[in-house]
Amino acid sequence: MIEERFALGSSLLHRTDPSVKIIGATVLAIIIAISQSMAAILIGLGMGIALALLARLSPRALWPRFAAVNLFCLFLWVTLPLTGGGEAMGHIWSMAISRKGVMLALYVTIKTNAILLVLTALLATSPVHHIGRGMQRLGISTKLTLLLLTSYRYLNLIHQEFKRLQRAAELRCFDPRTNIHTYRTYSYLVGMTFVRSWERSRRVHNAMLMRGFNGTFPVLDTTTFRRRDLYFLLLFTASALVLAAVSLTW
Amino acid sequence: METTTDRHDVAIELRSISFTYPGHEHPVFDNLNFSFHGGHMGLIGDNGSGKTTLFHIMVGLLRPDSGQVLFNGKVMETEEDFTLLRRHVGMLFQNADDQLFSPSVVEDIAFGPLNLGHSPEEAREIAMTTLERVGLQGYEDRITHHLSGGEKRLVALATVLAMEPEILLLDEPTNDLDNAARGRLLEILGSLDQSLILISHDWDFLSRLTSTFYALEDGQLVRSNQVSIHQHQHVHPLGDRRHIHPPC
Ligand SMILES: Nc1ncnc2c1ncn2[C@@H]1O[C@H](COP(=O)(O)OP(=O)(O)OP(=O)(O)O)[C@@H](O)[C@H]1O
Ligand SMILES: [Mg+2]
Repeated sequence: MIEERFALGSSLLHRTDPSVKIIGATVLAIIIAISQSMAAILIGLGMGIALALLARLSPRALWPRFAAVNLFCLFLWVTLPLTGGGEAMGHIWSMAISRKGVMLALYVTIKTNAILLVLTALLATSPVHHIGRGMQRLGISTKLTLLLLTSYRYLNLIHQEFKRLQRAAELRCFDPRTNIHTYRTYSYLVGMTFVRSWERSRRVHNAMLMRGFNGTFPVLDTTTFRRRDLYFLLLFTASALVLAAVSLTW
Repeated sequence: METTTDRHDVAIELRSISFTYPGHEHPVFDNLNFSFHGGHMGLIGDNGSGKTTLFHIMVGLLRPDSGQVLFNGKVMETEEDFTLLRRHVGMLFQNADDQLFSPSVVEDIAFGPLNLGHSPEEAREIAMTTLERVGLQGYEDRITHHLSGGEKRLVALATVLAMEPEILLLDEPTNDLDNAARGRLLEILGSLDQSLILISHDWDFLSRLTSTFYALEDGQLVRSNQVSIHQHQHVHPLGDRRHIHPPC
């Protein structure tokens, strides 16, 4: 269900320490999200594109992600210009098009795409368990890290559990229609999925306890912080400073 | 024989254990007593008789309503006691799917040794040798949830063996295994100097590893000599031709 499409690769960004990438992604995404300056968010978009190129993300794999977020933006483009109020830019069929609304939709669209590029280029280029490791190394609470790692791992299992039950129902000639029988069957399926996933999580926890689990995932990976990681850290800090400065002055 | 003496000092003892699953009326165990002083032991019983539950009580994953669990003569009470016990007692779960939780095989096997305080390098080394022992060399970077049922079981066994427990609790280890893998498992278990308790419905497998059997009947453990009256029935490619069975 969840594929890590971008996690494998040999680009510079793929080989950068996940904790550095987490810092970079968080800082850049936050600044782009709160910035009010068009110049700053355009520079942010440029940085996103540069990072995506650096990570050598395949455009074909990126496309579905853009489609998903821009569908949401499209919805804003339909509603905001009509409801934005204030000064009108013009009229379509006697409906006033609000300048404020258009600008807002434009801002949101650019920001969304810039953040998408930054996050994909930085975070999606490491397998999730490396990101978890990076979080651990940064001292982010072990509970959060565990939550990320285990929910990622078990979303797949829960999905499989659901599919297994669904297949069992189909094998017995279950044919979804718009009737009570269908609704009842689906509610059983969903309910059973939750119960079984919960029981399963308990069994997995037991297995972890049997192997000396004490609340944190030990790290097998022995890679250490390299000089290149330091350069990236500096690069991200500099980019963040540039963005912040531009936001404040223009 | 000097080599095995210290291994056989370990002991698990259950004293007047009673246990009922919450919300159930019938107790699984009612005043059960049992002691294990090392060696190989088979545990048999009908489906639902409580074999798995007994294992879980022994290692403190389930707590009895009354009664005590003793390890090497010491009463196990707190979670810390059981945490310590679990360093010495390893368990292969009935369902191997539940036992593997790391993304890659090598990480899963290294999880136990890392928790025991080995360095990452040592843990990786241990993981690789253990993989080789169960005959899965080259599997280290495979993704655990993409393995076949039998492969999962062997990896699960490796995760337990990597911790070098003194007592192994094996819950139906031959499930999902084909003949070759079952033979390999037999060989591995036969070569271990660890003590083990083995739950199995596979009589042939049981009788090759041990001659001591206990049966769970009506919430009680009884010593059994049923090995003499077991029935022999199986399927194999030569079923319709004359064939010879290896001696048991
Ligand atoms: N989590 C649970 N909650 C409630 N009842 C349970 C639970 N697990 C097992 N039981 C019940 O407790 C009894 C003993 O179960 P247990 O799994 O120990 O049997 P078993 O001897 O291992 O059987 P099998 O040979 O099928 O593995 C059964 O009647 C079962 O229905
Ligand atoms: Mg069982």
